[in-house]
Amino acid sequence: MGMRAQTFAPEETIQKSPSSWSILGKELIKDKMAMISLVFLALFLIVIYGSIFFIDQEAVTKVDLTSIKAPPSADHWLGTDRAGSDIFGQVMIGARNSITIAFAITIFAAVIGLSIGLIAGFFGGIVDNIIMRFIDFILVLPFLMLVIVFVTIVPKYNIWSFIFIMTAFLWVGKARLIRAKVLAERELDYVQASKTLGTPNWKIIAFGILPNLSSIVIVNMTLNLAGNIGIETGLSFLGFGLPQSTPSLGTIVSNATDPDILQNYWWMWLPASLLILVLILAINFVGQALKRATDARQRLG
Amino acid sequence: MWKFTLRRILIMIPQLFVLSVLIFLLAKAMPGDALTGAMQANPNVSPQVLAEQREKLGLNDPAWQQYGRWVGNLVQGDLGKSYVHKIGVADLIGSRLANTFYLGVAILVLTYLISIPLGILSGRYQNSLLDKTITGYTYLSFATPLFIFALLILFVFGFQLGWFPTSGSVDVGIDPGSGSYYANKFYHLILPAIAGALVSTTATIQYLRNEVIDTRLKDFVKTARSKGVPESKVYSKHILRNSLLPIAAFLGYDLTGVLAGNLFIESIFGYPGLGQLFLQSITQRDYSVVTILVMLSGLLALIGTLLSDIILSWVDPRIRIG
Repeated sequence: MGMRAQTFAPEETIQKSPSSWSILGKELIKDKMAMISLVFLALFLIVIYGSIFFIDQEAVTKVDLTSIKAPPSADHWLGTDRAGSDIFGQVMIGARNSITIAFAITIFAAVIGLSIGLIAGFFGGIVDNIIMRFIDFILVLPFLMLVIVFVTIVPKYNIWSFIFIMTAFLWVGKARLIRAKVLAERELDYVQASKTLGTPNWKIIAFGILPNLSSIVIVNMTLNLAGNIGIETGLSFLGFGLPQSTPSLGTIVSNATDPDILQNYWWMWLPASLLILVLILAINFVGQALKRATDARQRLG
Repeated sequence: MWKFTLRRILIMIPQLFVLSVLIFLLAKAMPGDALTGAMQANPNVSPQVLAEQREKLGLNDPAWQQYGRWVGNLVQGDLGKSYVHKIGVADLIGSRLANTFYLGVAILVLTYLISIPLGILSGRYQNSLLDKTITGYTYLSFATPLFIFALLILFVFGFQLGWFPTSGSVDVGIDPGSGSYYANKFYHLILPAIAGALVSTTATIQYLRNEVIDTRLKDFVKTARSKGVPESKVYSKHILRNSLLPIAAFLGYDLTGVLAGNLFIESIFGYPGLGQLFLQSITQRDYSVVTILVMLSGLLALIGTLLSDIILSWVDPRIRIG
């Protein structure tokens, strides 16, 4: 009997179907750009967080009238700004701040969006209706303008205010996406079966549906991380992003609002700009590869 | 069809209401009120007179009464007064509106001029080198933050090469209304419009590419081919026409971004439109202008999504159900 079962089941069918994590990993290895981006990002993160021990913010931002607007040299790898402060140090600190805050916003927005999306999609009915009307409304609001207004009028404005304001707008997109996926998921047999067996709703959501959404959430968070770096640096560029005490890459780029600097002192804005661009592109490459991995039709093979 | 359209318009009423309440609360939360401007002009006014004035203007009334008066004024076209410019907000906005409108239209036209051919080519020659190049471009255009791209373009074409003006909407000293005046305005518009358009093509290109790949093997396309319609015409007429309406629907959504997207472009290119006015007003704490601009932008977004939803429901009956 045992022999026969073996002959009828060729080896491939016995093999476990690949987990979503191993598919994500495989797709990353196949996509060269994504792999290069991932390695770059890993190294870059190590460098900027490691630089905490070498670069002192006070030393970097100190005014040095003897070396104003100095071009790149051995002392100042990327030159100095109008106040004689070292640009390279500012870029390191700015990159660290920008990335950390983008991470924080991404994670908070994901947690809130995921929870509300799961609730709306799983319970449906009037709960879903109310939540969706609310989400639709927030989505049409002029996001950038409102963030700028809030940033200006919030009393005792600090990093947490910024993270809070951004999260308040950014969870909605995620909630909408998750809700749509949950709507499809809850019609599947395994959910219906668990319901029939009397499994409590929270268990079905947490241990049944959530793991099946994990790859979509990871992809979405990766792409959002890139987007959030763009929004934060953009707002800081306009002067409505991170507070003065926490310089961002966007703050450095805002040197370029002075036409004279834009034209004649490239080191004061170009390196920071290119770094933002490269960071966002690299994260996007990783994100796109992961996205393909979650869609069997688009995998590289 | 009309039922959906009507329902969709009705949904807008509560949305409008919530939007106006939100903006009213924001306006209340902003420092200063209708008397702040007058106080700046005449600091010697006694607190007693001020209190009387407040009472007379109804600033001590319950919030819902103030809200009612505020909405009533808005509807009648009384948008309040700018503390900084000392003129009515409506006049101030009117003086900038045209510029933002031109810029918005220029960006839209350019976006479609670029993305429609690229989308069709990309789908027609799927997986070719051309397709891969175009897809690579859409990745770049999707990922690049607008402000970085605008700065780079301004730096290269405005300053280094000197091909385009680097600031303003028209040179000073040109006779308004003359032909060279409009030519000069157009000249100032090119660089900002290119910057705005090149980063907003992704959605349309990707949509068209997928449409073309899906459609080109459908029966009506095969029929056209077997009738002897030349290949280029199959794409430019039969397939494109099939996908044009959904693209037209994107227009509505684009409307929602016109004001906000222009914040970056107008501030970088020193272009005197509503986006720049918004940033200047908020920096100068000219909150009555800020309030109206946010309201206007929200209104535009509501109308934009309304238009898009209605057009889409005409195109795709599935949306109408439910």
